[in-house]
Amino acid sequence: MIRTSITGPIARMAAILLAAALLIAPAASAADTYKIGGLFSSTGRASFLGDPEKKTMEMVVEAINAGGGIDGHMIEAIIYDTEGDPGKAVSGVNKLLHKDRVLAIVGPSTTPTTLAVISFAQKARVPLISCAAGIKITTPVKPWIFKTAQSDVLAVAAVYRKMKAEGVKSVGILTVANAFGESGRTQLLDQAKANGIEVARAESFGAKDTDMTAQLTKIRTANPDAIVCWGTNPGPAVVAKNAAQLKLTIPIYQSHGVASPKFIELAGPASEKMRLPTGKILVHELLDDSDPQKAVLASYVADYEKTYQMPVSGFGGYAYDAMRILEKALAGTNGDRKKLRDNIENLTGYVGTTGTFNFSASDHNGLGEDAFVMVEIKDGTWQVLH
Amino acid sequence: MQEILQYLFSGITSGAIYAIIAVGLCLLYNSTELINFAHGEFVMLGAMGLVTLWVHCELPLPVAFVITVAGVSLFGLVFERFAIRTVKTPDPIVLVIITVGASILMRGGAMLIWGKDPMGTPTFTDLPPLELGGAMLLFQSVWILLAALVLCLALHLFFTRTLRGKAMAACAISRKAAWLAGIPAEGMILLSFMMSTGAGAVAGIFIAPVTMSSYDMGTMLGLKGFCAAMIGGLGSLWGALAGGFLLGILEAMGVGLVSSGLKDAVAFLLLLLILYVRPGGLFRATEAARF
Amino acid sequence: MTGNHTAESATAGKTATVIRYAVLFTVVLMAGAFVENPYYLQVLTFIGLNVILALGLNLLMGYAGQISLGHAAFYGIGAYGTGILTANYGISPWAALILAVLLAVIIAYLVGVPTLKLSGYYLGMGTLGFGMIVHILIREWASVTGGASGLVGIPSLSLGAISFESPRNYYLLVWFTVLAVIEICRRIVCSRMGRALRSIHDSENASRAVGVNTSDLKLKVFVLSAALAALAGFFYAHFVSFISPESFGFIASVRMVTMVVIGGMASIWGALFGAVLLTVLPEVLHSFADFEMVVYGMILITVMIFMPQGLTRGVIDIYERSKKGKLQ
Repeated sequence: MIRTSITGPIARMAAILLAAALLIAPAASAADTYKIGGLFSSTGRASFLGDPEKKTMEMVVEAINAGGGIDGHMIEAIIYDTEGDPGKAVSGVNKLLHKDRVLAIVGPSTTPTTLAVISFAQKARVPLISCAAGIKITTPVKPWIFKTAQSDVLAVAAVYRKMKAEGVKSVGILTVANAFGESGRTQLLDQAKANGIEVARAESFGAKDTDMTAQLTKIRTANPDAIVCWGTNPGPAVVAKNAAQLKLTIPIYQSHGVASPKFIELAGPASEKMRLPTGKILVHELLDDSDPQKAVLASYVADYEKTYQMPVSGFGGYAYDAMRILEKALAGTNGDRKKLRDNIENLTGYVGTTGTFNFSASDHNGLGEDAFVMVEIKDGTWQVLH
Repeated sequence: MQEILQYLFSGITSGAIYAIIAVGLCLLYNSTELINFAHGEFVMLGAMGLVTLWVHCELPLPVAFVITVAGVSLFGLVFERFAIRTVKTPDPIVLVIITVGASILMRGGAMLIWGKDPMGTPTFTDLPPLELGGAMLLFQSVWILLAALVLCLALHLFFTRTLRGKAMAACAISRKAAWLAGIPAEGMILLSFMMSTGAGAVAGIFIAPVTMSSYDMGTMLGLKGFCAAMIGGLGSLWGALAGGFLLGILEAMGVGLVSSGLKDAVAFLLLLLILYVRPGGLFRATEAARF
Repeated sequence: MTGNHTAESATAGKTATVIRYAVLFTVVLMAGAFVENPYYLQVLTFIGLNVILALGLNLLMGYAGQISLGHAAFYGIGAYGTGILTANYGISPWAALILAVLLAVIIAYLVGVPTLKLSGYYLGMGTLGFGMIVHILIREWASVTGGASGLVGIPSLSLGAISFESPRNYYLLVWFTVLAVIEICRRIVCSRMGRALRSIHDSENASRAVGVNTSDLKLKVFVLSAALAALAGFFYAHFVSFISPESFGFIASVRMVTMVVIGGMASIWGALFGAVLLTVLPEVLHSFADFEMVVYGMILITVMIFMPQGLTRGVIDIYERSKKGKLQ
């Protein structure tokens, strides 16, 4: 039953295609404003990353503007949601680069979404500071791409360092079936030997799985000295509960993916004695006063909680650092992207919420070992392990 | 040996979850020959309702239970009235897409109402896990199992002993004949929708302490629920129950004995197998013995 | 089923079609010539990709009346097929294109034979199950596909001296392919095969009774739609140079079905319309990201309840009805 009349379809088709081609013309922007783009997964399965990051970026932009902007220029934040989908990230980044013509981009929040947009930012020669952890983002170094999140390389290194000190010789690993878990798994397997540890068993679980007792049982048969679980909420909470249910006594290490009060809330008493690497933001109150990060963290936490009436999450800090780095680097550039990029690359000794950043031409992540501390959960709260 | 027993118990835990979801799905199919792709979202609503009423508002558990089930059933009524009954051409394609659209809508709505974070619920009782030969079974899993059995039994009695139930069964077998006998088809369909969504809510309430509740928990659970219902055979409630347990146990055995990576694939491979080889399901019920 | 069969003379019908295609062709060329902004070119390119997807699925769902809830699997096979061959093994993209489409065709054939025997809901579930299995396979077979972390380094396309790396060239490449695909689909629809397909949709038993080989035909259409989806996947992979399993899951299959449903099944122009609408809508909804799911769901439900033949037909019907009203 095909229509063969002339009216309607043609006109409509042409109109739609032309409309699609021209879309809504962007309003002329003030020449004085610095436009900074943001790409976060504020909805979707990585929203626990993207949502605090988006809120943090908006908060920092407002604070900068309240202080008179940068060199007298106000900042406008243009933020799009990637939904954790690389395809949407691509369309979002193109919109920021070519429609909104931003000076720089903060985000995206996850490694796959970042990897999807890297080539576009590079081609457009616009600095991009990602909040994602994957090492492929900054290794090999790409001139316009930076990141503020700690690599899982460092996280795994911190975990293994502690294990080595405790005399652990064999581990069983349990990772979630997504990019974060996979990256952790690769690192855990790669770094084991150098730390004198043997990986006895490697299992995986789905992000929405409801029961991991089978995997834990399988790992237990290999008799490891410790178990490492690498994932993001809610999976590891279920693992914790299952481990308690199975009466497992061997120490269990988690990843920084669960470095948030949410984990303790979800896992309840089962989270006792679990250890994990975390950025210092989680335990900022327990830090020594001599720690340079303590002041930065305290002010970030206070601002966030006052503005949004909700507890801060460790992940928002990546966006905080990215925006503050941009703030420093934009000074004196007058909107020149090349100068901005060079300023970022030459930034050293910047104390942020994630750690102390020392960028260089060969290091676009800039973090060192101080980016992580090992903590243990005791009585429903965090305790720093030394 | 102890491991195999533990895998079995793991399987029973997941299996009970799939089973209780599959029963609700099957119930609707039996009465209306409609597969509700949004069933998983009703389960989610049940779980979220429990979290809001029991954990946040701190109402006593039985009160929270009743209000949640009633609320979700009411929502099922609205769904049937507005999304299903108004359809002029009840083509399978059309109905499938409507229910898929409804599931997306409900998920989006839940995200706006409850936010994106997962939420935990305490277990109903503080009893320690059951231990059998060194293998552990969470007590909440026993509750889920019992709930599934009771639900199945109650529905069975409803369909075979009560007049209304028999009327609903008659409607499913032949709408025209039932109409001739004076049974209002539309009312029956509405009732079965409410019962099915209510059953979904019951499932959600019981499984919430074991899984974590979040706005997107319904998708995978719904899909696995279909697989379970198909495996057991869409024509029979007890079949759905059995299908759920079978799926759960096979999944756990697969993880334990083969590989954990392909766990999700087990459900869908079984689904395809059943569809190709024995579309009536393992426990193919004859017309008369549907309930 | 509503819908008038406006009986026009054969020549008038042919002229109308030629004019329509000429207009489309011109619009495509003009957009390619005058649109400079890479962002708009990218949106147009994505529209083109989605049109190819929608056309294939439209043949299957609209004309043959078979529902597929797992078509993103073929999209993924096309994308990963070419991605693996070009990024990991350095094979020429054009050779990879042929191999990837061939792979999709073979898999479609193998899956189609048992699955298409099912009907209604069972078919929907069967295709859904198949789609999920492919998605899981892509995610777990990390050594080959890069797993959940995705596949990087997919090269851009070039043919001899012409490079398709620039947004404009890629847009033109995709859209010329789209026009070719539209032509192919139109020929099928207007041929004997097309009429046979429509008869299957209206009543499978009746068409079998008059001697139409229904299972053979359904399989052919299924395989064709899989090949088109793989073609679209090929273009997608070389456009974004990074692919990951998330883009080929259940949600992607639902989006494809939505395009066909909204545009109107059994209508090539409907497929175009659906693809355009559903590519542009998320761009416009960017500011309402949190409401996107709610809007999507509402659109699906409303269109299916009130205009099950799709938005195109529904709007035409309303227009025709109002015209009739004026005459009276």
